[in-house]
Amino acid sequence: MMVETTIQDISIEALRNGDRAEFARLVDAYSAPIYHLGLRMLGNEQDAEDVLQNTFLSALTHLPTFEGRSSVLTWLYRIAVNEALMTLRRGKPEVNIDDTDSSDENENIHPTQFVDWGALPEDELLSTEGKQALDHAIQNLPENLQTVFLLRDIQDLSIKDTADALNLTESNVKVRLLRARLMLREQLSYYYGERMKKEKSNG
Amino acid sequence: MAESTHNTCEGLLGSLSDYIDGELGAELCRQIEKHIAECEDCRIVVDTTRKTIDLVHASNAPQTGLPDDVRDRLFKRLNLDKYLKPSAK
Repeated sequence: MMVETTIQDISIEALRNGDRAEFARLVDAYSAPIYHLGLRMLGNEQDAEDVLQNTFLSALTHLPTFEGRSSVLTWLYRIAVNEALMTLRRGKPEVNIDDTDSSDENENIHPTQFVDWGALPEDELLSTEGKQALDHAIQNLPENLQTVFLLRDIQDLSIKDTADALNLTESNVKVRLLRARLMLREQLSYYYGERMKKEKSNG
Repeated sequence: MAESTHNTCEGLLGSLSDYIDGELGAELCRQIEKHIAECEDCRIVVDTTRKTIDLVHASNAPQTGLPDDVRDRLFKRLNLDKYLKPSAK
């Protein structure tokens, strides 16, 4: 996306050697996507800003050992996702850190809503209320599906980079992505179905 | 039901993401298209899933910037104050 084109000339070697000006350029190139990922995962600006700052502080500490097996952005996303998950878990002490993969990866989500809302006009689909319904549905995705969905469909990472960032296999990413997309589709179908019913009864 | 073929509802569901992302081979696409021409429910699932992803992209597009105050505090926290030039927005 937009950011990828601005980063091509950043020198990993300079970053590893502690070049502060180069680090400042890295921060400017990638702070926006990291901030918006945090905002999506945590739902509030203060926590997103904490994740942003902690991500780059951690990157600064660990840059000398960055091996470059993934891109810098993928590496930053990995740090940011971990920071955000730690923040989420601080708020929910009952969540077991090892228990995030408990859902059956082989179980497909079966569609139950067959409302044909895809042909609704764009301004209706992207109304303020429609966007809120979408944001709400994304916010309510289970954590292990949400992280995959955010990196792949919102931050626009490839399947491979998403897998690298989350330490998953590519096939795990694909399964989780499909489940996330189908869950969102289900929620939006319910929402737009209700809207279509109301319009019919009013008109 | 043969799950490995793409001319069934179950088979289509398993390949839905690859199909929408344009990562499925021509023969499998053809099987899916044949199926959705005959199965209205699957046609709706394909269309509305694709639309869901389109909406995600469209509604997320304006959120690419970083608020100036957030950027200022980030640079200060990282002791990068002297590189704090105006953002190139």
